Amino acid sequence: MALYSEKVMDHFNNPRNVGVIEDADGVGEVGNAKCGDIMKIYLKIDGDIISDVKFKTFGCGSAIASSSMATELIKGKPLSQALELTNKAVAEALDGLPAHKMHCSVLAEEAIRSAIKDYYDKNGIEYDKTRFPDPHEEEEHHFEDD
Amino acid sequence: MKTVYADNAATTAMSDTAINAMAPYLKEVFGNPSSLYAAGQVAKDALEKARFEIAQCLNADVKEIYFTSGGSESDNQAIRSAAANGARKGKRHIITTSFEHHAVLHTLKKLEQSGAEVTYLDVHSDGLITARQVEEAIRPDTALVTVMYANNEVGTIQPVREIGEVCRRAGVPFHTDAVQAVGHIPVDVKADHIDMLSLSAHKFHGPKGVGALYCKRGLPLNSFIEGGAQERNRRAGTENVAGIISMAAALKEACANMRTDSEKLLKLRDRLIDGLLTIPHSKLNGDRKNRLPGNVNICFEGTEGESLLLNLDNAGICASSGSACTTASLEPSHVLLALGLPHEIAHGSLRLTLSADNTDEDIDYILKEVPEAVKKVRAISSFWDDLASGKTKHFI
Repeated sequence: MALYSEKVMDHFNNPRNVGVIEDADGVGEVGNAKCGDIMKIYLKIDGDIISDVKFKTFGCGSAIASSSMATELIKGKPLSQALELTNKAVAEALDGLPAHKMHCSVLAEEAIRSAIKDYYDKNGIEYDKTRFPDPHEEEEHHFEDD
Repeated sequence: MKTVYADNAATTAMSDTAINAMAPYLKEVFGNPSSLYAAGQVAKDALEKARFEIAQCLNADVKEIYFTSGGSESDNQAIRSAAANGARKGKRHIITTSFEHHAVLHTLKKLEQSGAEVTYLDVHSDGLITARQVEEAIRPDTALVTVMYANNEVGTIQPVREIGEVCRRAGVPFHTDAVQAVGHIPVDVKADHIDMLSLSAHKFHGPKGVGALYCKRGLPLNSFIEGGAQERNRRAGTENVAGIISMAAALKEACANMRTDSEKLLKLRDRLIDGLLTIPHSKLNGDRKNRLPGNVNICFEGTEGESLLLNLDNAGICASSGSACTTASLEPSHVLLALGLPHEIAHGSLRLTLSADNTDEDIDYILKEVPEAVKKVRAISSFWDDLASGKTKHFI
């Protein structure tokens, strides 16, 4: 058995939405180089719709695949739907991740939230602050794992 | 697809010699060496011949060789035994280095819980320690010095002879984990003043699950597996006869070919190192001169090791990395951190370990594929973007 599912390897080998959006409406960056994972997500917002999304990730195979899959799952979707995206949904869409790699899917969820928060902040849009905990303030990554 | 195996520090392919030596002892000569009838005694004779051959390769006495299940068991037994015998005389201090194999470090951590005091010597950025460091750390209550012969990740060869001299002068037992050295570079337990040494067969084209512990005559060696009188009461359990005989054959062959193999390996290794260092922002880890003939370990800034490995695996190249993501922990290799590399650099390491089975074509192929993999990983890396734009300063 391989370490990763075929879907993970497909998204690792042919990552979707790689790149930078120069005039992005929201940018989210989570993780740090020390831990070996940095995920940066760029959003272009049209009305309430995510019209374009790009990412750059420094990290392992599952971090890259999680970024790729997460961007696919929110592209063309309303912000409200993107905010509902859970790490579990990202992992499931990849046909699962090894238990010790689940934190990569958490980073993807956090990166998207962080980019949306950035968009809200830049545009003075009111939002429920309790829904955007600062990931850096958390002692450890919390994630759903079954 | 072309396949290039370049992870010989992890394990090696068994040689034909080792396989052929083993075969009769799996089939015709299956007797238990402890049985008195002829079929058992034939196995016993072969076992003792293997012991003699291994002793010869190390310049040890035949009675100083004990068979074990491998390097980890040998390390455990040597360290626990020396600690227990030291403690009986009130000596509870042990000296080691911060970049030993986990078979040594985890054993020492356990001993610390039961009262041992361990000094972890700092490793210099070149991956070496000095005999002087050992000398300065020795105390009247030092029960053991354990320093690896050659490091498994960065391949640096420690000044074992000088360390041995220091220990001998101070009357402190000296153990060395020589799993990466035996069969690759000359090891002479007498000239090197080694009291205990661990070795593992599968690192020199022998089988997995078998190794040996050398323990100098006169030094007490405690048993940790109780049961029978095998290995002169130091290690119970019916001997892995086929494995032991195969190990002896593999070691004999490795020692006979050592000079020609290492000449070949040095050429391949140095061409590989020089070729890989042409990649911008790359750095060789560990001293180049005092280095195992087959070891290459390089960091590529802005990359993450597992991504590199997956890309190389796609190209049929088997290698390894000190990246956190290749293990279950979030910490990168303790060896690279011990050399003083920052975490973010240690994550981007690639280890290629060659054997004499590798060819010039293999090196050409690796030199074609690694730069592609690095380029691909950097192209998608946000960290590389920050380095390239100057937002984060280059370390390499």
